[in-house]
Amino acid sequence: MNTFRNFITSIRSFLFETGELAFFAGRFFKEVFNRPFEWKEFARQCYHIGNKSLFLVAVTGFIIGLVFTLQSRPKMIELGAVAWLPSMVSISIIREIGPIITALICAGRIGSGIGAELGSMRVTEQIDAMEVSGTNPFKFLVVTRILATTLMIPLLVIMSDAVALFGSFLVENIKGDVSFTLYFDEVFRAIQFSDFFPATLKTFFFGFAIGLVGCYKGYYCKHGTAGVGKTANAAVVEASMLVFILDFTAVLVTDIFTS
Amino acid sequence: MNSDRKPVIIIKNLSKTFGDHKVLNQFTMELYEGETLVIMGKSGSGKSVMIRCLIGLENHDGGQITIMGKNLDTMDAATLNEIRTEVGFLFQGSALYDSMSVRENLEFPLRRHFKKFGEIGDATPLVMEALDSVGLGQTIDLMPEELSGGMKRRIAMARTLILKPKIILYDEPTTGLDPITSKEIVLLMKSIQQTYKTSSIVITHDVDCARFIADRMILLIDGVNYAEGTYEELDRSQDPKIQAFFKK
Repeated sequence: MNTFRNFITSIRSFLFETGELAFFAGRFFKEVFNRPFEWKEFARQCYHIGNKSLFLVAVTGFIIGLVFTLQSRPKMIELGAVAWLPSMVSISIIREIGPIITALICAGRIGSGIGAELGSMRVTEQIDAMEVSGTNPFKFLVVTRILATTLMIPLLVIMSDAVALFGSFLVENIKGDVSFTLYFDEVFRAIQFSDFFPATLKTFFFGFAIGLVGCYKGYYCKHGTAGVGKTANAAVVEASMLVFILDFTAVLVTDIFTS
Repeated sequence: MNSDRKPVIIIKNLSKTFGDHKVLNQFTMELYEGETLVIMGKSGSGKSVMIRCLIGLENHDGGQITIMGKNLDTMDAATLNEIRTEVGFLFQGSALYDSMSVRENLEFPLRRHFKKFGEIGDATPLVMEALDSVGLGQTIDLMPEELSGGMKRRIAMARTLILKPKIILYDEPTTGLDPITSKEIVLLMKSIQQTYKTSSIVITHDVDCARFIADRMILLIDGVNYAEGTYEELDRSQDPKIQAFFKK
C-alpha cells in the first residue's frame, strides 16, 4: 500500500514539476521579446558557456574520433570495407555521437554550473535583491543564460564533430597511410545535407533544454546551501534525461521525413 | 504625534500562514513620513515575513498593504517596480551580487530604471556619491568577497540609496556584526535618515539599536502587534512579555 502511495506521489510531483517547467519556459518566451535586452550579460554568458567549455568538449571529441576509428578499423578490415571507414565514422559522429555526447557533457558542466550559480544567488537573497530594486532578475539571469546555451551548444557540437573527425583522420593516417585530402574527400562525399541539418537543428533544442532546466532548478532553489548541491545534481540528471527524450523525438521525426 | 504626518505605508489586518503555522495574524501598522519605526520580536515572530510581504517578495493570505497611497494587491507589475524604486530594502546578509564589483552592484539598478533616471552614460559620479555617503568611496573597484561583513552592509546601503528611495526597510541590519561595527551601522542609518529624510522600518533584536534610532516601536509577538509606543514608553511597561525584551 505504501509503495503504491509513494508511486502516486512520485507521479504527482513529476506532473507538477513538468507543468512548472512548462510555465517557466512560457515565461522565457514572453520575456525574451520584451525590451530592453541584456546584451552585455548575454555576451558574457556566451563567453562563459562557449569558451570555457571549449577545451573539455574538444578533448572529448578528439578521443571519441580516435577510439571509434581504432575500434571499428579491425572489423572493417575483416569485412573488406576499410575504404568505407571515413564515411561510416563521419555519418555516425555528425548524426548522433557528436551531438549526444557533447550535449551530455554540457548538461554536466553547464547545466550544473547554471543550477548552482542561480541556486546560490537564490539562497543568499541576491535574486530577491534584484527583484526589490525593481529590476527583472528573470530577464537578466534566466533569459540570457537560456539564449546563450541555445546558441553556444550547437557551435560546441559542430566544433566537437570537427575535432572528432580530425582524431579519426589521425588514426587512419597513422594506421592506413591515408592522406588528409583523401580522408576528408571521403567524409564530405558521404555526408548529405539531410545528415547535417537535422543533427544540427536538434542541438539547438538540446541547448535550450540544458539552459532551461539549469535555470529552473537554480531559480527556485530552496533549503539553503544543502539545497544548492541538490539543485546542481538535479539539473544534470533532468537535463540529461531531457536530452535523451529530445534526441529520441528528433530521430523519430527525421525518420518520418527521410523515409 | 503623527496626526500632522502623512502615512506612507498602511498595513491592515495582514495574515500569513505557512502550512498550519500562522505567522502573521491580523497585523496592523502605519509608517509615517520621515519616521523611523522599529519592529522587535523574537525569532520566528513574523517580522521578516512581514517586510517581505510588504515589498511583494511573499504573497500574503489576507489583509491589505498600501504603499504611498497605492494598494499592493491591485498593482500591476510595472507599478510595483516603480514603487520598488521608492522603497529600498537592506537584506540581513547584504545580498551583494557576488559576480559583480562594487561599482557594478551599484550601477545595476541605476541603469535599469530609465523612467526615473533616464539614460545614464558615465554613472561613476552617482556611484561615488552613494559610496561616499556610506564612507566607502575607495572600494569602488573591489569585489564583494574582498569586503568585510560591515563593509558589505554599508555597500548594500549605498546600493539602496543610489535609487534615492523615500522609504527604507532594514531587515536586522546589525545581526552578525561586532558591537563596534553595529554601532557604526546604526549611526549611518541615523545619518541617512537625517540627510535623505527617508521613512524607515527597522526589524531588529538589538535593543541598543532600537533605543538610538526608533521614533516609535512595535513589539510583534505571535504574529500580532502586541505593544506599540516610543522606546521609553515600552521600557517603562510592567508587562512581563514586554519587559523580556528590555531586561539587561
